[in-house]
Amino acid sequence: MSDRDPKVRFEKVTKTYGTLQVLDSLDFHADNGEVVTVIGPSGSGKTTVLRVLMTLEDIQSGVIYIDGEPLNKMSRGGRLVPASKAHVRRIRAKIGMVFQNFNLFPHMTALQNCIEAPVHGKGVAKGQATTEALELLDMVGLADKRDHYPSQLSGGQQQRVAIARTLAMRPEILLFDEPTSALDPEMVGEVLNVIRDLARSGRYTILLVTHQMGFAREVSDRVCFFDGGRILEEGAPRDLLGDPRNERTRQFLSKVLEAR
Amino acid sequence: MDWRWDFTFDVVLPQLWAAAGITVYATVVSFLLALVGGLVLMTLKVSKNPVVSFVAGEFIEFIRSTPLLVQIFFLFFVLPEFGITLPPLTTGILAIALYNSSLCAEVYRAGLLAIPRGQYEAAVALNMSPRHAFRRVIMPQSLPPIVPALGNYLIAIFKETPLLSFVAVGEIMHASKLIGSEYYRFTEAITIAGIFFLVMSLVSAQLVRAVEQYVNRSILH
Ligand SMILES: Nc1ncnc2c1ncn2[C@@H]1O[C@H](COP(=O)(O)OP(=O)(O)O)[C@@H](O)[C@H]1O
Ligand SMILES: [Mg+2]
Repeated sequence: MSDRDPKVRFEKVTKTYGTLQVLDSLDFHADNGEVVTVIGPSGSGKTTVLRVLMTLEDIQSGVIYIDGEPLNKMSRGGRLVPASKAHVRRIRAKIGMVFQNFNLFPHMTALQNCIEAPVHGKGVAKGQATTEALELLDMVGLADKRDHYPSQLSGGQQQRVAIARTLAMRPEILLFDEPTSALDPEMVGEVLNVIRDLARSGRYTILLVTHQMGFAREVSDRVCFFDGGRILEEGAPRDLLGDPRNERTRQFLSKVLEAR
Repeated sequence: MDWRWDFTFDVVLPQLWAAAGITVYATVVSFLLALVGGLVLMTLKVSKNPVVSFVAGEFIEFIRSTPLLVQIFFLFFVLPEFGITLPPLTTGILAIALYNSSLCAEVYRAGLLAIPRGQYEAAVALNMSPRHAFRRVIMPQSLPPIVPALGNYLIAIFKETPLLSFVAVGEIMHASKLIGSEYYRFTEAITIAGIFFLVMSLVSAQLVRAVEQYVNRSILH
């Protein structure tokens, strides 16, 4: 790992489902502390980018690097060989993901959701994990809901607990897959506020998939337009969202803006 | 109706009491074996190896679609051909356990299939080991639907044990028939055997409900 290594780098990553090619020899990177928003039409492979990075999906070829270290491979005798489970777990510890549907554990309270992986996965002492989790719940504005089960929380509250749960593992890279798409409109703001704070803190490298163009413009350092499993255009949010070069980007943006 | 209390107390109850013990023993041991056997079969069936998974699936299907009595006879008469001679009670328990293993395997599988994919994915995203995820995330959520289904099999097994009388296991039905043919009186013995099954079924149902409530209380809210 050197300072010049990007935090995340995709090198010619190809992902197929059967005969459907979802990521097409994708090259992509995100620098340390960078906030990158991924936009694009439905089915263009946005979710897939996050899922292969989270190791929820295998890739058919290419290499994903985290801090210059391969994630899906490991070097042995100067050659890259398929990564062992232990290797994947070691590197994956740097990544956390927030899902569209929250995926909280329904049989655990908000607090239990947040301390489960630190205590039983990483071996953090329960007292310390609890202190940290309560700080995080406080940060997302839900300290008073610590003993509530997910079924007793609104969608917006559940998503904020899910963010706290992810942060409790102290990841360096945060993946958000349409974190507000499953929410009623009046709850979108409270979740975006939390993400905005995380983005501004500069402590995380963030990959965000969203259709909230206003929010993307506000928090991103860079916006990537995906189509057909590749990046068709990327740039500073003001340029890409304000004055796109590519015809398809233009079409997409006008459709999204019309729909609002 | 001609019911003789002295016969009931002097002959029927003492003999059936001992036989009832065998019925309960056969039920409990078969059930416990079926719980474990079901887990093994389910694990094989969801194996990533297609051959293992196929064979396990066909085996489960085969066991489920042949009558238990045929399987009991099969083990009883065919195992000795392979030089395996087991006491009738052991053979019978094995047959009932095997049959119910394949039913339990399906219960486990259905329980696991009911867990949304997002739960597994959240576990990966939190960097949990598969073992950790299963023990703390998946299993606690699949138990509440699994427990009542397994409980029904406990009661079903109980009612299947009379089949063992066909291979001369001295459980309660066999004992009743023996009393009947020895004294030419069936009424008392068969009636008491029936009452025994009724009472035990009610007791088991209560037991199952208690376990169910315990599981729900300690796992769900
Ligand atoms: N598990 C899967 N099996 C088969 N096809 C899939 C699967 N997941 C996604 N796809 C397909 O891959 C393409 C990209 O999906 P996705 O990354 O979810 O797109 P996006 O998030 O941009 O809408 C779509 O055509 C989708 O239908
Ligand atoms: Mg998507």
